[in-house]
Amino acid sequence: MLAVIHDFKLTLLFAGVLCLLVILTVIGRILKQDRNSSMVSRSTADNFNAQIAAWWKICVVFVLSLLVGPVGSLFLFAILSFLALREYMTLVPTRRGDHRTLFWSFFVIMPLQYYLAGLQWYNLFAIMIPVLACIFIPTSIAVAGDTAHFLERTTKIQFGLMVCVYCLSHVPALLLLKIPGFEGRDARLLLYLGIVNQMNDLLQYVWGRLIGRHKIAWRVSPDKTWEGALGGLVSATALGTLLWWATPFTPLQSAGMSFTICILGFAGGLVVSAIKRDIGIKDFGAVTERRGGILDRIDSLCFAAPIFFHLVRYYFAP
Amino acid sequence: MSEGIHPIASLLAAVARGITGVQVQWAGCDPDERQRIYFANHTSHLDFVVLWSALPSEIRAHARPIAAKDYWEETPVRRYLAENVFKAVLVERGAVSKGISHEESKFVGRSLIEDMAAALGQRNSLILFPEGTRGTGEKVGEFRGGLYHLAVRRPDVELVPAHMENMNRILPKGEYLPVPMLSLLTFGRPIQVEPCETKHVFLERAREAVSSLRRIGSA
Repeated sequence: MLAVIHDFKLTLLFAGVLCLLVILTVIGRILKQDRNSSMVSRSTADNFNAQIAAWWKICVVFVLSLLVGPVGSLFLFAILSFLALREYMTLVPTRRGDHRTLFWSFFVIMPLQYYLAGLQWYNLFAIMIPVLACIFIPTSIAVAGDTAHFLERTTKIQFGLMVCVYCLSHVPALLLLKIPGFEGRDARLLLYLGIVNQMNDLLQYVWGRLIGRHKIAWRVSPDKTWEGALGGLVSATALGTLLWWATPFTPLQSAGMSFTICILGFAGGLVVSAIKRDIGIKDFGAVTERRGGILDRIDSLCFAAPIFFHLVRYYFAP
Repeated sequence: MSEGIHPIASLLAAVARGITGVQVQWAGCDPDERQRIYFANHTSHLDFVVLWSALPSEIRAHARPIAAKDYWEETPVRRYLAENVFKAVLVERGAVSKGISHEESKFVGRSLIEDMAAALGQRNSLILFPEGTRGTGEKVGEFRGGLYHLAVRRPDVELVPAHMENMNRILPKGEYLPVPMLSLLTFGRPIQVEPCETKHVFLERAREAVSSLRRIGSA
């Protein structure tokens, strides 16, 4: 806890985030008042303000969890996993025969994954869901005796666990990496991942709005354009590179890491959009009739986290 | 019946709300302390607790569920929950029990209406699942006649339809461990028995009033 408070660079990183949030909040207010503006429609302004409001909340929760220490972050992300998995399973059709498997997923597999992260039992943490759950889930569904759409049902549950639990659990797992010369400063890595990832989402959106012309996959996501994706990629990578001082990376390494985070974030957004189109919903908040669900906010993070974690672990924490 | 809410009831209601993450929408009327009969589709043991917990506490204190005697008197725990905790009105499910004659079932039906009318009294509201048993959740099953007879007898009491979604996926019939999916609860516009309306027509209309409140999976 003290390490977090006395970490000057971490404080600096946070100060930067706060300044940015204040600036974005002001921009949001201006957009809202300037309703006759030809630049943005009212719904765009509302979306923008909702996103900023969400970031404020995330920021506060995040700071509080860091103050508690790694356990706080583990709990925070376990709760996020739970909420995301809940949204996912609610909207993905399941059958009566999946009931017990779903129970295991929520109350055994999910907590166990975070428990293993907390124990720093890396080997089991890494194979828990990809290997053990992958064998357990079809077995459990088979035991229930309903064979209709067997493969489909198995895959749906497995994929939900992979994205909502396995991938996301790699974010707090960053705090438990032992990087020589970087002890007790892992919180910065977590923040670095979060900043680059979220800024990529925002910048993709902004660039797309400003100069977006050529759609990438209009069937999947009408908002995603080549101009937006590339603009977001270049500018967020540049931002990430500029943050090298807060990480164990050199500027060049930092550029590579940011580039990877951005590409994967884009992939995550695209894949989750495809799932939404398949189910026939606009976003994962559909069931609660809120604007945007948890999974809509963390889709890009889910894809970026495990790869970032493994790159850092492989190259920097031998 | 003693006043106030049993602490175990409040606890169970909080747990049920947490598990089901229920989103309540008063689409056709507002919460009101007047006497009402809330009638809803039935797919899960959690239905009553969730519906009950969705009511504001001053209404909750006077809302009693109608429950099947054969099921809820089977074990001491169930009996305690039904009678002491939720102050349920336990009734015979006349027509469900097999091997009774037409005359007998008529008699059971009549005493059921008597029991429900007595429970309503001058102050209470009732929570009723007119399908009489838990369904699979795909569609709302046919309604039993109790709702009609009660409505004819007490035209002053409002009949409020309610629809619950996803409860069958959270705790289906035959399971005892819940899966925490999200659910929706919608209250609709109150209905009443029209003059000259037959029992069959009314019950069909009441069923429609419930199933039309479905919000997802209907498009």
